[in-house]
Amino acid sequence: MATATHAQRAQRGNPVVYVAALALIGVMLGPVVYIIIGGFRTNSQITTDPAGLPDPWQFGNYIDVLTGDTFWLQVTNSTIAAVVTTAGVVTLGVMASYVLARYHFRGRGAMYALFAAGLMFPPTVAITPLYVLIKNLGLVNTLPGIILPQIAFTLPTTVIILVPFLQAIPKELEEAAAIDRCSRLGFFWRMVLPLSVPGLITVGILAFVNSWNSYLLPLFILNDQESFTLPLGVQAFASQYSVDTAKVLAFTSLSMIPALVFFSLFERRIVGGLTGAVKG
Amino acid sequence: MSTRVRDGGGVAAPPPARPRRRGIGWAQRLEIAALSGPAILMFLGFVITPVILAGYYGFYRWKGFGPPTNFVGLDNYVTILQDELFHEALWHNAQIVVLSLVLQGPIALAFALLLNQKIRGQSIIRVLIFVPYVISEVIVGTAWALLLQSEGAVNGVLRSIGLEGLVEDWLANPSIAIWTLMLILTWKYVGFAVILFLAGMQNIPEELSEAAAMDGASYWQTQWRITLPLLGPTIRIWGFLSVIGALQLFDLVYIIWGQYVASTAGTSTMATYMVSEGRNAGNYGYGNAVAVVLFIISMIIALVYQRFVLRRDTQGALTGGR
Repeated sequence: MATATHAQRAQRGNPVVYVAALALIGVMLGPVVYIIIGGFRTNSQITTDPAGLPDPWQFGNYIDVLTGDTFWLQVTNSTIAAVVTTAGVVTLGVMASYVLARYHFRGRGAMYALFAAGLMFPPTVAITPLYVLIKNLGLVNTLPGIILPQIAFTLPTTVIILVPFLQAIPKELEEAAAIDRCSRLGFFWRMVLPLSVPGLITVGILAFVNSWNSYLLPLFILNDQESFTLPLGVQAFASQYSVDTAKVLAFTSLSMIPALVFFSLFERRIVGGLTGAVKG
Repeated sequence: MSTRVRDGGGVAAPPPARPRRRGIGWAQRLEIAALSGPAILMFLGFVITPVILAGYYGFYRWKGFGPPTNFVGLDNYVTILQDELFHEALWHNAQIVVLSLVLQGPIALAFALLLNQKIRGQSIIRVLIFVPYVISEVIVGTAWALLLQSEGAVNGVLRSIGLEGLVEDWLANPSIAIWTLMLILTWKYVGFAVILFLAGMQNIPEELSEAAAMDGASYWQTQWRITLPLLGPTIRIWGFLSVIGALQLFDLVYIIWGQYVASTAGTSTMATYMVSEGRNAGNYGYGNAVAVVLFIISMIIALVYQRFVLRRDTQGALTGGR
């Protein structure tokens, strides 16, 4: 009884909640902070005191990484791959979802089921044949070689998220458009696309972060250092400089910045998109 | 029309979008084909075709050069049945599936309940606990490998606070490696579960808990009788994602135990075993057979889960909506 009233009254400021939240955040961010700060230390500092603070702070590791070509080349590769993948997924996804959401035709159920089943086809299962396929297309060691499969494998999630979104556009709008002699394609272009921008942003962000972090596909398709994306780059850097822990930490922290910035800008959209997909 | 593709078209392709005349006119059919054609082509070409090819390669003893020639029928699958290393990997996957559910679920629920109150800075908290989920597995793997090495920071801290007895070779000791892996997995994915549960809780009408409070229900009674049951669909979907993810686990194990320990003993999964057989050892045919088994196991579990657990939640969702 006493606890009940206490819990309700204290909703605004129960210190226990804040302590627990702080503990959770500490655990979640601890390793991340360790990586970032570790980059400001020297290897001897790390060896003598693996968990200490930098003393003095060293900027050399970060400067080395930032002034080298490797990092920027990989950032460029990752950016191109992620941007083109995102554009492709969003374009193809919204077109297909529009058909699924607003046309009535035989085979619509089958088409939806096909994409829904695709949620369970991970690249893991298909990776060797995919490699052979990409090799036959002459796309090994090229960015299109990872972009095309990435688009294909991201389509199911995109379609599943977008279809309910496009179905929610009121029928009356479509009728009104028809009365104004707007064709179905015109309606798609002038009404559906602008109205579905929030949904498109959600699936776009998911596709972007997915591509940015993707590892297995580039591991098989890209063997040439010149074509490496950041995840491969981090791994190559870590094994190349395995004795130089501080430098690896600096490289690793720099490579997670873009995803973190991008994510914190759009956090609400990602969460909204995920829950939308769960509900739909 | 364009739903027909050269390869693999007949196997899993949807019926062509070509209804009876009285249904829709040719103009609409053209629109349907033009709008959905590119997506379907991409999907069939780069998803369905390779999956089918994986099944095909699985019947060959194939080293990966040229077209597969040495047809061995079901031999690879017979080998899998007797392959100790595969059984080990399968057992690890089973452990990871169960441990993910029983570790991450309750932790995430507890924190979601805790954070689902009117507290200051809730949006910042949500961003921060989502950070591990957003960082790529390669970075997570590299960072944790450095932290957990025998001379790493974790052991350093333990030594400096006088807990020498707890110092362990966290990664290389096969008998605790699976727990180390679970620790990292929990760290990476628990934030996702918390966010998902929080979002689900926000959809529960506040009037319900208010009414319960009026009737004299305690805070915990309200959570137990109202919030948790209404959160059911979200929990069940999370369980689904978690199980499928655990079955397919590859990146983290491959990076940490492949690069820093050079042995996946204690943590190998079906996916890492598949890649080490196929790509690294050159037994592509066998690797593909392993991939097929992984696929079939995931498919069966997914279908059973959907049939018995998700049925209430997804009714209508797979029939084309509305």
